[in-house]
Amino acid sequence: MIINHPHLGPRDASEFSILGDASLINRPDWQAGDADDAFYSYLYLRDNPAGLHRELWFHEQGDRSWLVVTRDTVTHAIIDVALASDIAKAATSKMSKVNAGKKTAAKKTAAKKTAAKKTAAKKTAAKKTATKKTTAKKTAAKKTVAKKTATKRDVT
Amino acid sequence: MHYSIWSLINQALTGNRNWAPVWRDPEPKSHYDIVIVGGGGHGLATAFYLASRYGMKNIAVLEKGWIGSGNIGRNTTIVRSNYLLDGNEPFYEKSLQLWEGLEQDINYNAMMSQRGIINLYHSDAQRDSYVRRGNAMRLHGADAELLNQDQLRSLCPFLDYENARFPIMGGLLQKRAGTARHDAVAWGYARAADQRGVDIIQNCDVTDFLIKDGVCTGVETSKGTIRAGKIGVAVAGSTSRVMAKAGLRLPIESHVLQAFVTEGLKPVIPGVITFGAGHFYISQSDKGGLVFGGDIDGYNSYAQRGNLPVFEDVCEGGMAIMPMIGRARMLRNWGGIMDMSMDGSPIIDKTPIDHLYLNAGWCYGGFKATPASGLCFAHLLARDEPHEVATKLRLDRFRRGAMLDERGAGAQPNLH
Repeated sequence: MIINHPHLGPRDASEFSILGDASLINRPDWQAGDADDAFYSYLYLRDNPAGLHRELWFHEQGDRSWLVVTRDTVTHAIIDVALASDIAKAATSKMSKVNAGKKTAAKKTAAKKTAAKKTAAKKTAAKKTATKKTTAKKTAAKKTVAKKTATKRDVT
Repeated sequence: MHYSIWSLINQALTGNRNWAPVWRDPEPKSHYDIVIVGGGGHGLATAFYLASRYGMKNIAVLEKGWIGSGNIGRNTTIVRSNYLLDGNEPFYEKSLQLWEGLEQDINYNAMMSQRGIINLYHSDAQRDSYVRRGNAMRLHGADAELLNQDQLRSLCPFLDYENARFPIMGGLLQKRAGTARHDAVAWGYARAADQRGVDIIQNCDVTDFLIKDGVCTGVETSKGTIRAGKIGVAVAGSTSRVMAKAGLRLPIESHVLQAFVTEGLKPVIPGVITFGAGHFYISQSDKGGLVFGGDIDGYNSYAQRGNLPVFEDVCEGGMAIMPMIGRARMLRNWGGIMDMSMDGSPIIDKTPIDHLYLNAGWCYGGFKATPASGLCFAHLLARDEPHEVATKLRLDRFRRGAMLDERGAGAQPNLH
């Protein structure tokens, strides 16, 4: 196999060593509540597709860069090669944007909450608990949707 | 028809006109008690032991292509039980014991030949580790002998003892190990299972699993819906692809392993010999060809062929220990797809889906395991509990941290 290195041009695959699925770039958050499950799945479970597969190759006998190679596991044809650092940077900038978005949204809701508190100062505690319950239900519904969209079940 | 010297003479005297087909070619029924997906060595062995040892009836084996078209028909035929770990050694020793009685069990000549295996050692440290391994084997009832260089010289005078980089200091010998005729094993199990009423259905592609409320009730196939009480999947090489249809992600990657054979030569290599410093193993087939192999290519692959760098690496390994083979001409090479598990050991277990059972992750050691794999999978399917020699080959061992990492390489499938 010949890997078309973004900087060095076509290089023989024997100059590289392979780590595996490129999803290994996305290391789970160790502080998240589901870190146990996330790391089990990250470390041990693989999609292992027959067809296009994004994988991490290390140019060990060359410039020691990490590449993300998109390769067909049925024909060994290499479709695309990119620097892993570019992909990781793009992913982190995306993540930071999402996080920033979350923060502003959180601020907005906080502001709304205080406004609501001011106007509805006379509302009883019972009503408050009722609204809490409905929001809890909404989040639960969201979670189930998320579960449904995740088509593949992880082995426990 | 029972095969014996009398059946042979009888057929010879009647012009070989009365040989019957070795197994039937039945149409699938709509329901079976047990359906085995995968008509390779392990699937056929499972069906045979279910019928012969566990008294089960109404069994089918579904095979996408023709039986024995997978790795049982494309391996280097080595049979051994020289493992170290507690969870592995009893299993492989059980397998070797079954190999020893296999031909009588299935009334078929599998050409089982206990010509021995020698693992070469090249340093004092490696000698110590082989002493440990040999002791572990003997503790589990297997045989192991440590050979010093003089003893090895008398057995294998042709090795390169003066190699400056990897001097050969001796070897660990298991005399009961050897080779067997790979496809005869598939045919023998198929015939024996068929005689006990197992339906072997070829060209029957499983396209989906029927799963309702976490219970598997059957399979959709290219020959229609087949319902079953229990479904066992033994499709090593394609496990991830098949189990994805049941919605499972597994601790398995598919990799390609190459094997090589030379032109036929007069007998030169007495048994199986493995290189201790690189990765190279060799034996000589009964036809005379040198059959050898080495590492997997290292990248995920479903193509049954590999690339030349590994070819070169394997041949260099061979030249390092026995330069005499340098003049043998290569006849052919081929590749097979391996289920590389995350710790290099197999899985025989239930799945999170009820009535769906999994036999997978054989890495590149599945052939020697064929009888025990079949027996233990049959035990699991019949009794719903693991066989006593397969209690550690569990699917959840990765989550529990109870890895069976024979090589100590960690969760990196291409290093096992």
